[in-house]
Amino acid sequence: MSTIAMGHAGTEAAPAEKKGLWSWITTVDHKRIGILYGVTAFLFFLIGGLEALLIRWQLGAPDKTFLSPEAYNQLFTMHGTTMIFLGVMPLSAMFFNYFIPLQIGARDVAFPRLNAYSYWVFLFGGLVLNASFLFNAAPDMGWFAYANLTSKQFSPGLNVDFWIIGLQILGIASLAAAVNFFVTIINLRAPGMKMMRMPMFVWMSLITQVLLLLAFPIITVALVLLMLDRNFGTHFFVPSGGGDPVLWQHLFWLFGHPEVYILILPAFGVVSEILPVFSRKPLFGYAAMVFSGCFIAFLGFGVWSHHMFSTGMGPMADTVFSLGTMLIAIPTGVKIFNWIGTVWGGSIQYKTPMYFALGFVAMFIIGGLSGVMHASPPADLQQTDSYFIVAHFHYVLFGGSIFALTAGAYYWFPKMTGRMLSESLGKVHFWLMFLGFNLTFAPMHILGLNGMPRRVYTYSAGMGFEFWNAIETAGSLVLGFSFLVFIWNILRSLKAGEVAPADPWHGATLEWSIPSPPQEWNFAVEPTVDGRDPLWEERRAKGGTLPEPERVSGAGIHLPSPSYWPIVTAFGTAMTLVGFLMHVTLWVILAGLAITMLGIFSWAFEPADH
Amino acid sequence: MAHDTAHAMHPPTATGLDTRKLAIWTFIGSECLFFATLISNYLVYKGQSLVGPLPHETSQCMLHGQMATCEPIFEIPLVTFGTAVLLFSSFFVVLALNGAQKGNRKQLIGWLSATVLCGLFFVGMQVYEFYHFFHKGLGYTTNLFGSSFYTLTGFHGTHVTLGVIWLATVLVLAIRGKLPPEKALNLEIAALYWHFVDVVWIVIFPVVYLMR
Amino acid sequence: MDAQVATHEHAHPGPALYLKVAVILFVMTALEVLAFEVSHRSGWPMHGLVQPLLNEILIILSAAKFALVAMFYMHLKQDSKIFSGLLVFPLIIAAVVILALLLLFAYLRAQHPGM
Ligand code: HEM
Ligand SMILES: [Cu+2]
Repeated sequence: MSTIAMGHAGTEAAPAEKKGLWSWITTVDHKRIGILYGVTAFLFFLIGGLEALLIRWQLGAPDKTFLSPEAYNQLFTMHGTTMIFLGVMPLSAMFFNYFIPLQIGARDVAFPRLNAYSYWVFLFGGLVLNASFLFNAAPDMGWFAYANLTSKQFSPGLNVDFWIIGLQILGIASLAAAVNFFVTIINLRAPGMKMMRMPMFVWMSLITQVLLLLAFPIITVALVLLMLDRNFGTHFFVPSGGGDPVLWQHLFWLFGHPEVYILILPAFGVVSEILPVFSRKPLFGYAAMVFSGCFIAFLGFGVWSHHMFSTGMGPMADTVFSLGTMLIAIPTGVKIFNWIGTVWGGSIQYKTPMYFALGFVAMFIIGGLSGVMHASPPADLQQTDSYFIVAHFHYVLFGGSIFALTAGAYYWFPKMTGRMLSESLGKVHFWLMFLGFNLTFAPMHILGLNGMPRRVYTYSAGMGFEFWNAIETAGSLVLGFSFLVFIWNILRSLKAGEVAPADPWHGATLEWSIPSPPQEWNFAVEPTVDGRDPLWEERRAKGGTLPEPERVSGAGIHLPSPSYWPIVTAFGTAMTLVGFLMHVTLWVILAGLAITMLGIFSWAFEPADH
Repeated sequence: MAHDTAHAMHPPTATGLDTRKLAIWTFIGSECLFFATLISNYLVYKGQSLVGPLPHETSQCMLHGQMATCEPIFEIPLVTFGTAVLLFSSFFVVLALNGAQKGNRKQLIGWLSATVLCGLFFVGMQVYEFYHFFHKGLGYTTNLFGSSFYTLTGFHGTHVTLGVIWLATVLVLAIRGKLPPEKALNLEIAALYWHFVDVVWIVIFPVVYLMR
Repeated sequence: MDAQVATHEHAHPGPALYLKVAVILFVMTALEVLAFEVSHRSGWPMHGLVQPLLNEILIILSAAKFALVAMFYMHLKQDSKIFSGLLVFPLIIAAVVILALLLLFAYLRAQHPGM
């Protein structure tokens, strides 16, 4: 890696250090926005976790009345919706924000203010969704909101409306962010970073953005149609008017299946960064990794109906969708072999990020295997709507996404904060999480095959479900506790953790070439890249060790100035949509639109640089 | 308009492509799926309405509270005219862009004004059409045809309206002399969006109005 | 898509070409409406030919118009291939989605008449 000077060394003063609440509200720095995403998403994640613990407590023994059936419905719906849209997706967005620009050697994302807008819209969306609790009207029809449970006739309250509007707001945030990251990756790569030299995390992020761009419009329309049915008297999903509830299922899963890849591909990327670094070997089969990722994304649009075998689509459709689903197992398998190939014969460093990454590979294999099982319609008809499915998607989402994202958190925490996390607490965290996770979810396979249905608030004694349910609830407590260890580890490190060097793990990618935490402008000199593992190549060239990069003054470096228009525009956007919550609240909509317009125009005509 | 990019000095991008132009194309790609879903909804419910009125056939329907025979809803001449106007507006906006790039202000302002007028005309045509169809017995919730038709074309109309606002903003800039050739990109991006709205109509017109 | 293959923006083709395209678009639109009218009037010439093929004719004409606008007015013909990809790939997915849904529902309704 060589470097060329960028920016003119000038006599201007260094940008002043930015502090205080206002600086966070107006920030357009991708790193700060990343931290905002991370902290917010983690809080939502804890809420979702709490909901899960309540569910588990209710199911810990037969015939419990700890939760009413109504409360139970609200909790599992909010749990699923929260974990997917307010937990895993924005936690991935934290890493997109913080590390895509750093890994491609850029100063920021392509549109810094749009980036801030995305974050604020996301925050408002999450708040609207959770505000439903205040009205005692939390969504209660399951995260996929099957039609006819959602019709005005069967759900007259505001529960479904909160869900529709919340998701609609969150969708806008995701779409705006997806455009931004897509353009960033394509256009802002440092000189020499060809597409086939990008870090695997950047590649998987790129594919995720494509999925977001193509899948979210579908759910946007589906939600609009549902809203029209509920509040404007149409019959798109209402049989009495000729509508077909099955169309909802199609539209939902047309989005829903790509969505599961939106949840897992960033995790693939994180793990593909960590395994090579802690095996001291380059990623095995880089090109195969890229192509299998693309293939998964493409096929991901052709398999949605495997969620709908039980609707009776007929033998032809069943066969096509079953084959397509099994086909996806191939590129997925390719990835798993590549991860194993990466670790194979490496000089493995048993650090906490590596523990979580290896845990991910193992758990994801289990989840993938159960997935292939219900790719077969006859098997699925037995498994669907049972705890077997719950086991499957927790092995891919928790064992997969959450393990990988946690690995990423341990891996990148030093870069983001300048402090190391404690290794010993980290390993305690890992083993508790690993144990708790498997105790909670492995028995669900058995329960599901024995016929325990999902989404039913209790079960009778004597059906043979007691033992494993008790184990699961115990396991969930261990799992919950493991996160307390994590939080403790973070708080302890922030206060008194060991100071992190620029490159604590001997990383291969550009983010490790700059101080921890990075300075506002990321790279004082724009890096030039001539390989896939630029830092390793430089290390080799310099005989093994790299000097600690110095913090520079940043004089003469132009950065986009802070702006409050993103939060204003985001507020207007959210307000406009909230106006549709109860039929039509015209003044809210008009005021929201006016604020949005004001925001957009002020933003467009505000000088971006001082 | 201000450039919302991180790079004050605009160093060359990795692809050599302008960042904002790449963004609008990305957005257009995404919008394809938005309209594809609305069109799917329309087509899946085609012929599934339980009562009239219907697009091309006379049918039994409720009119003023009693069963009546309803005329076919679609009247091709008017919408054909609207379609032509929208097509020509696409032609006009490329001429305006051509003017902007050459620094020919008259060409720029003239054709851009024509584009905006065409857009306004199209929206007006649609409003009139909705009003007219409504009086022929096709309410928003009358049947699946009405709901899916108004939803699809209504969302398209909203896009046209946003496009008109956008182009009008650029027109104001141009009139104030703030659209020199080196800023022609500001118009090019708006024009790309405008063309996209036009091609969506190129699909909707035959699929909704003409197909059997 | 590799770095630094700066695609120089070619000078855009001039008004003469744009006018040609506009005329073709107009004619094709007229043909669409004509095909519609012919297929609906049994006495008209070529009715027997057009009537069963109306949808196919319309799809071809509309696809051609779409392509013309995209290539010439949106400048895809001389602009970067990345832009073309950004339109074509979503269009493929969009077409797959529409077709698949139509097939699925047609198949379902054929199996369960009256649904
Ligand atoms: C080899 C790969 C995979 C295959 C073959 C597969 C297959 C399936 C099938 C057939 C179902 C429907 C089961 C039913 O409802 O009866 C399903 C459900 C599900 N899958 Fe997967 N899957 C795979 C990977 C993943 C991944 C990577 C994720 C997410 C990270 C995921 C998340 C889900 C979720 C959330 C559900 C349940 C949705 C619900 O009913 O609430 N799957 N999977
Ligand atoms: Cu799926």
